[in-house]
Amino acid sequence: MEQHHDLIRIEEVTKRFGQLVAVDDVSATIRENEFFALLGPSGCGKTTLLRLLAGLETPDAGRLLLEGRDLVGVRPWKRPLNMMFQSYALFPHMNVYDNVAYGLRQEGKGHAEIERRVGDILALVRLVGFGQRRPHQLSGGERQRVALARALVKRPKVLLLDEPLAALDRKLRVEMQLELKRLQHSIGITFLIVTHDQEEALVMADRVAVMDRGRILQVATPDELYETPNSRFVAAFIGESTIFRGRLEIRGAESAVVSDRARWRVAPAAPGQAGLGDGAAASIIVRPERLRLERLEAPAARDGRGTAASGLHNRVEGEVTDVAYFGATRKYVLALSDGTVALARVQVGQSGDDLAPGMHVTATWAIDHGVLVADEGVPPAPPSASPGSAPPAADP
Amino acid sequence: MPRSLFSPGRWLGAHLLLVFLFLYLPIVVLIVLSFNESGLPTAWTGFSTRWYESVATNEKILGAAATTIFIATMSTIIATAIGTLLALGLERLTNNALLDGLVFIPGIIPDIVLAIALLSFYNLVFTGVLGLKLGAWSVILAHVVFNITFVTAIVRTRLRHFDISIEEASLDLGANEVTTFRKVTLPVILPGVIAAALVAFTLSVDEFVVAFFTAGTTITFPIQVYSMIRFGVTPEINAIATVVVIVSFVLVLASQRLNPEQA
Repeated sequence: MEQHHDLIRIEEVTKRFGQLVAVDDVSATIRENEFFALLGPSGCGKTTLLRLLAGLETPDAGRLLLEGRDLVGVRPWKRPLNMMFQSYALFPHMNVYDNVAYGLRQEGKGHAEIERRVGDILALVRLVGFGQRRPHQLSGGERQRVALARALVKRPKVLLLDEPLAALDRKLRVEMQLELKRLQHSIGITFLIVTHDQEEALVMADRVAVMDRGRILQVATPDELYETPNSRFVAAFIGESTIFRGRLEIRGAESAVVSDRARWRVAPAAPGQAGLGDGAAASIIVRPERLRLERLEAPAARDGRGTAASGLHNRVEGEVTDVAYFGATRKYVLALSDGTVALARVQVGQSGDDLAPGMHVTATWAIDHGVLVADEGVPPAPPSASPGSAPPAADP
Repeated sequence: MPRSLFSPGRWLGAHLLLVFLFLYLPIVVLIVLSFNESGLPTAWTGFSTRWYESVATNEKILGAAATTIFIATMSTIIATAIGTLLALGLERLTNNALLDGLVFIPGIIPDIVLAIALLSFYNLVFTGVLGLKLGAWSVILAHVVFNITFVTAIVRTRLRHFDISIEEASLDLGANEVTTFRKVTLPVILPGVIAAALVAFTLSVDEFVVAFFTAGTTITFPIQVYSMIRFGVTPEINAIATVVVIVSFVLVLASQRLNPEQA
């Protein structure tokens, strides 16, 4: 995907609904042939951004460029983008064939071409023989594929997908994630998907833009988002993490995040990368699989004692409060001696896979594995031992 | 399962039967009498369709019926078009309870009040200022006034379950607003619109008070019936009433089938 040129440029776009700023001065670039995801909690403005691109909303400020041409002011039916709606929005009074053919008929295509293209696309989404069915005679998954076919048959430059899998049950959703990705690769159309489900975004997208309260916080590949989140919000929203909060202290080559009860070293380059200076409010983010656990025979120290930064590692004592078993891994919730609640994930068969609630442990992580971010003052979501991290509620 | 005397099902069933008898017994009697050879309400002298034949050859009744069908058709077309668009506007553009209420008032204020208001207004504006004579056209306008109310109410029940995103999908797929209305919005709400039109037609056909006040010298079907009845209930009236009952019944049933949410 690397050498493709920019297809869509969103430049300083703002959209207000009365007092509410749904999209707040957003800029982003979507490349040709890319699978791009807008990820964020309900009400973060991601669907509004999609509707702005489709022409169903008009921006209050900014430009939306498609191949250099400004889309603002172009009516929706003249834009070479097609949208797949969250509700699927199939025409209830038409059968599957007529639903899919609708867009081509609007283009004034000939009967033979319409028949051929509708036939091809129904084969692509594996709905051969469904042409005469009405939407209400279809299952959720079948309706979803009709909606997809109806948008794709127009061969848009960009396919906009608004929570395309939200209405499906979990098993079908996971299947369709891979199916959509396969489809996008095989037909070579740029996909722009809106989702509140981090797993969906990480599995499918080449790049993900994380949104919160009308702004894009970070645009990155799924790996980068997970390994180097640029804010506490992104770290908390993507995957799970332990967040150590404090104030940044820079003493020559040595930097640390300092709280009342502890002092955590960070990698020497980290403050520069995070753009943070001495004294800034900062957090260290540590992913659960980066914490190494060792059992302690004696009770853990309280009040921050038993914490230490030695060499390239930070070490802290704590107590196991909860355990969840996931087959290949075991997840622990820990109460650390500095007051932080931590999450650790241990491969079954590795050391530390046999801990039980009430046991005392030391947790260790390499300073390279702690990501330093600015502390925006938004409290992190409380960690839990439930499978995965619960996605926020769907957009209304 | 044997049901006891005090089972709720039994009492509700009896209640249902009595209510329906109360509602329909007089009509059944009327229908039966319309086939009575003698024409007298007191003595059954045999089955006959002579009163229907008599009605079918009565120029005055046929003329009045034609006038009424014309008025009902015109007022239905106008009220359905206006009421449907009004329903769309109210559903989409406003959230104003006062506007909603104002739409429904012409349908629920007593006919006599509406009739007097319309008569005064027509006399003032059309007769007084423009010098026009009241006639079929003024009845059509008057019926449009209350029929808009019913059409709007019925179409709105249909719109309440309308998924606006299908219109957006149509726009997105390359259809402009006009095509979208023609190909998507109207076909989806059409059952509701037809149901509304049937109700409007029925109301207009049966309507007496407003027509009586605003018809000038024009004779509508209910006015004709009224003028006949002043000289006593003739057997012909029974036959006419039977026809009206059956037509109304069919129209209302058809409208309910089309729009099950309403009613």
